[in-house]
Amino acid sequence: MKKLFFIVLFFAFFSAKIFAEDLTGAGATFPYPVYSKMFKEYYKISGVKVNYQAIGSGGGIRQLLSKTVDFGASDAYVDDEDLKKFDSEIIHIPIVSGAVVLAYNIPGSPKLKLTPEIIAGIFLGKIKKWNNPALKKENPKANLPSMKIVVVHRSDGSGTTFIFTDYLCKVSKEWKNKVGRGKAVNWPVGMGAKGNPGVAGMIKQIPGTIGYIELNYAVENDINFAEVKNKSGNFVKPSVKSVELASDCDLPDDMRINLTNTSSKYGYPISGFTWILVYKDLYNGKLNRSKADALANLLWWMTHEGQKFALELNYAPLSENALKKTEKLLKAVNFNGESLLK
Amino acid sequence: MKADKFFKFFLFLCGLLIIILAGGIFVSLISGSFYAVKSFGLGFVLGKIWDPVSEKFGLLPFLTGTFLTSILAMLISIPFSISIALLLGVYYKDGFFNKILSYTSDLLAGVPSVIYGFWALYFLVPIVRKLEMKFNILPYGVGIFTSSIVLSVMIIPFTSSIAKEVISMVPANLIEGAYSLGATTYDVVKKIIIPYSRSGILAGILLSFGRAFGETMAVTMVIGNSNSMPENLFSLGNTMASLIANEFTEATKDIHLSSLIYVAVWLFLLSFVINYIGNWIIKKLSVDVSK
Repeated sequence: MKKLFFIVLFFAFFSAKIFAEDLTGAGATFPYPVYSKMFKEYYKISGVKVNYQAIGSGGGIRQLLSKTVDFGASDAYVDDEDLKKFDSEIIHIPIVSGAVVLAYNIPGSPKLKLTPEIIAGIFLGKIKKWNNPALKKENPKANLPSMKIVVVHRSDGSGTTFIFTDYLCKVSKEWKNKVGRGKAVNWPVGMGAKGNPGVAGMIKQIPGTIGYIELNYAVENDINFAEVKNKSGNFVKPSVKSVELASDCDLPDDMRINLTNTSSKYGYPISGFTWILVYKDLYNGKLNRSKADALANLLWWMTHEGQKFALELNYAPLSENALKKTEKLLKAVNFNGESLLK
Repeated sequence: MKADKFFKFFLFLCGLLIIILAGGIFVSLISGSFYAVKSFGLGFVLGKIWDPVSEKFGLLPFLTGTFLTSILAMLISIPFSISIALLLGVYYKDGFFNKILSYTSDLLAGVPSVIYGFWALYFLVPIVRKLEMKFNILPYGVGIFTSSIVLSVMIIPFTSSIAKEVISMVPANLIEGAYSLGATTYDVVKKIIIPYSRSGILAGILLSFGRAFGETMAVTMVIGNSNSMPENLFSLGNTMASLIANEFTEATKDIHLSSLIYVAVWLFLLSFVINYIGNWIIKKLSVDVSK
């Protein structure tokens, strides 16, 4: 019995030594399903275990700042002011993008087409009924009832809210002046529900509601969602493809961009990247050499082979254009000046 | 002797740890809220706007929401919890009905709050919606009223179990004396049991008020989470605990985070005050009874 115990101990000790370093990360909840899938698959092929805590983007950024994790994750990029808090440069690696759809519950389930003006009008509380002339004009065939519109928004701070309010700021001056963009804002109308499941639940249950949720939740819960008119004037149905197209536009070198109201011709206008944040010089992020290697390889895999797992879960992979810029960023990741990816 | 000393020391250590813990929580709340206290001062309490974008933060909508829901919940729960206590303590002191009722009541106390939330969302909300449609109010179904109902159900077992304990402590000779003088059960309840156990019942009510005051999950699910001032009982609203639970994880800006902790400070202080007032009232009433 004692012998067996020692053998087990021996293997436990050495297996930990033989296999590669474990990585830890913390941050956004929105990409958690796709990240955990990717990490699981990556563990199978590389033996690198990744512990990811979905504690929210804010917490992820704070933990990266205090160097208690190897990487952070966020749905909104770190703004210039907050970047100054870091003692060493950090970079944003986009992994996938997600779409925020306008989901609704109208008796009879008519198909709905929405313009930016209508969306802003509804969320500002100016368009109050489903049979409003503006709505009727864009949806002549739909049977819209004389029913009050009930707006549902997120009650918890979230990247989803950031993407949606950022979009509204870009398409409506009034929204920009009155409300603004943020992970939590002072909503002019409507009720709040917690999390994507909360909003989806409210919409499913209460007739006359409209709200914004992640594409994934709308598809899985079988909720109707609207086509939205984009910057080029095309009505686009949110799908993995149209979201991928959204990132096929002019992108900055550091990839810190909100994809909302994209100039891409057939791109869905309410979408955004979700990023993994790492120190550019991982030595300054308090990683050791073998961890730094493991992290660089993991990020490369996630943005390449790992992308196929995004599709299964209704996240959009990086567009060709986005991937090119991301590769450049990844190659800049180094360890005390020594580059990690060739 | 040694064991005796050691045991006492151990007990003392446990007691001390609790005091340090409570003090530590308060200190970390104060230090965390320092930035918000400096920026808003006491005006925070009367601020009606909660706007993370323009960085304006005020407590009043949440203070109102918290008091409205817990007071309403308390009022709704009182008749039920006292009835249960009287049924268990006077009318059905034992037997099948007593067992069923007390098991059910204990069961209600043990149900996790998220389950109450789901129940409210799928059962109460449609009913309240129909009611609201009859009154021609915008039929959200969620709001202050709905959360008060779910809160009242949550606190009934607390009040009733304490009230039942107190009722069972009413001296038997008093009750028997009353019966022998020809009093009916109603007379006994009215003239002896209620006056004698008044302070204990009130203690139970206040304890449950405290619980409703800080309840988070079930409220978040059905209150509508609107950060503006509630206009009436059917309005959407928000409570302090629910606000913190909602916004804490993604509060990236320092002032936002600090303001949330400032809200927590108020929640902490108010809970403390409610407990204190409760104890004070109990003492007052006990004296009255003994006279």
